[in-house]
Amino acid sequence: MVGGEIMSKLTIPQEEIMSSGHLGCQGCGATIAMRYMLKVFGRKTMLTFPACCWSVIDGPWPYSAVSVPLFHTAFETAAIAASGIKSGLDAFGKKDINVIAWAGDGGTFDIGIQAISGAAERNDNILYIVYDNEAYMNTGIQRSSATPWGAWTTTTPVNNPKNRPKKDLVEIIAAHRVPYTATASIAYPEDFIKKLEKAKNIEGFKLIHIFAPCPTGWKMPPDLTVKVARLAVQTRIFPIYEVENGVSYKLNFNPKKFVPVDEYLKLQGRFRHLKEDGYKFIQKNVEYEWELLKKKVETFK
Amino acid sequence: MRRKQVLQGNIIVAKAALAARCNFFAGYPITPSSEIAQFMSRELPRMGYDFIQMEDEIASLGACIGASLSGRKVLTATSGPGFSLMQEHLGMAVMAEIPLVIVNVMRGGPSTGLPTKPSQSDIMQARWGTHGDHPIIALYPAFADEIYSETIRAFNLSEKFWNPVIILLDEVLAKAHEDIELPRKNDIHIYKEKIHRIKDLNIYDREIGENPPRVDFFKGYPIHIDGLEHDKHGWPTSDPETVNKMQTLRMQKIYHYLDEIVKFKEYYMEDAEIMIFSFGVSARSSLAAVKMAREQGIKVGLFQALTIWPFPKIPLKERFKQIKKVLTVELNMGQTKYEIERISLDDVEKKALLRANGIPFTPNEVLDKIREF
Repeated sequence: MVGGEIMSKLTIPQEEIMSSGHLGCQGCGATIAMRYMLKVFGRKTMLTFPACCWSVIDGPWPYSAVSVPLFHTAFETAAIAASGIKSGLDAFGKKDINVIAWAGDGGTFDIGIQAISGAAERNDNILYIVYDNEAYMNTGIQRSSATPWGAWTTTTPVNNPKNRPKKDLVEIIAAHRVPYTATASIAYPEDFIKKLEKAKNIEGFKLIHIFAPCPTGWKMPPDLTVKVARLAVQTRIFPIYEVENGVSYKLNFNPKKFVPVDEYLKLQGRFRHLKEDGYKFIQKNVEYEWELLKKKVETFK
Repeated sequence: MRRKQVLQGNIIVAKAALAARCNFFAGYPITPSSEIAQFMSRELPRMGYDFIQMEDEIASLGACIGASLSGRKVLTATSGPGFSLMQEHLGMAVMAEIPLVIVNVMRGGPSTGLPTKPSQSDIMQARWGTHGDHPIIALYPAFADEIYSETIRAFNLSEKFWNPVIILLDEVLAKAHEDIELPRKNDIHIYKEKIHRIKDLNIYDREIGENPPRVDFFKGYPIHIDGLEHDKHGWPTSDPETVNKMQTLRMQKIYHYLDEIVKFKEYYMEDAEIMIFSFGVSARSSLAAVKMAREQGIKVGLFQALTIWPFPKIPLKERFKQIKKVLTVELNMGQTKYEIERISLDDVEKKALLRANGIPFTPNEVLDKIREF
């Protein structure tokens, strides 16, 4: 059978669980992330959302874009709500249902981090996925602790820009010595899907940090979403790697040559105010972080 | 010549706060109050002051308490769910007698509720959200000029009485752009706190009903500020007599000055046979309805509460001696309706127009309800 042969060669599952007609903005990276995630986890999945873009994107009744059960919880509680659902399902013997907390960067890096740390320390058997668009996009582009250095947001105006780097979430979670933590990008779907499949088969707390550009908040044309996501990886601004048991690091993208950060920054309006020294500062910081990451990879081989 | 400006309600709050010499803002983004934070993030650093975006609302009020203790005039802005997270710190600020101003731009609730729709359903949360018996001041503007003046008054009251003051604002008023003529700098009265160079450690020492002095906490003596019940020095105690005295002191510093704190406006009340009790955006619908009713010969007036806590009990009781019909109009399921029932006499006929579905009342809906009497 010809169809069967093609199927077996596909690296991305064919079934579409997320439906069209969602309420995301044009070029929304978070919707792409959700589409891949549901392809891997299938219909036996329950989601918890805190307040985030996706609590709106999903759409009002009777139209749900995710086609799986969903619990929209309070802002700070995506992780622990998932923990509660999972232990409830376990108590009923329904062990084959995947429980996934799906949250934006604000609900993860800022207000939600206490709940995540709790769930990670207890090693609750859930998967936490943070789709990172680097600001509070749903409430109108306010900075979060995932906003990178120098970026404009409505609360880090050009006269008072963000002067601290992005919080290193993966390091924080890895420090809990949980079974699996990884970063991924919507521009590298095969890698993302591999990580999702890995997480699906691991017992305990897993976190995947997926880079999901937001054209509305980053002030760029919507057709650049994937390109910008790819450049973030190629410039090493957002390296994709995984950490097992909190110590064994593995780089998933490590080419010989890297793209300078200017190419990434110049596509986005949120960095328009930066001058040459700003680019240089970011480039230097990226190289420093990369060296640090490489050392971790080598140390814990 | 003063020019009229068209400003958004949230921006009016922020501008008034700066006019009241607010010099610290810590907040967390939440619809529909975010514009206040956004405005402050631009303006405060320009003036050499601090804007901090916090990691959640617990942190927001925590930072405000700290900044207030070290002498700043502080503001934070939030909405229903964020206000819930602030409640523990709100009690702390009442207990430790710390001046600060919180703006709560209300939205439909509970939980994420109706984040982009108006509601007047945090009135009881403002009063009883935090635990324990405590006094609170909550102001409730309805028109653009009142948003400005009440914000300034909120700072003055909090400075004067050493107590948190809450500004309740309706989503539609916070988001609407209206024309306003901002007062001249010289026309704005700003309460100047008297900083007492402390001579001893009795920072909370005063007679019942007396205004507390403002103490410069970090000059002179090492001051102890405590969320535990404390004595006149601020040191923890559970001695029943002292506890009783401190609780009374805190209550009386507000209830002794009701004349100064409780403000309201009256429209067409001279010969009214029916009184509408309302506030915020509902008061605006009610005022239009009152005018329409007057044209039809119905003798109806409006009592618009500007101070919602402490509740305008004394003036309302006075009105109930003559007026025997009262209509409460509010965008909730009846939060002040019960307050009205508590203070009105049995011979007063009470009706209420209530709704919490995110749609403000139209004047015609209020008029129809008036006709039911």
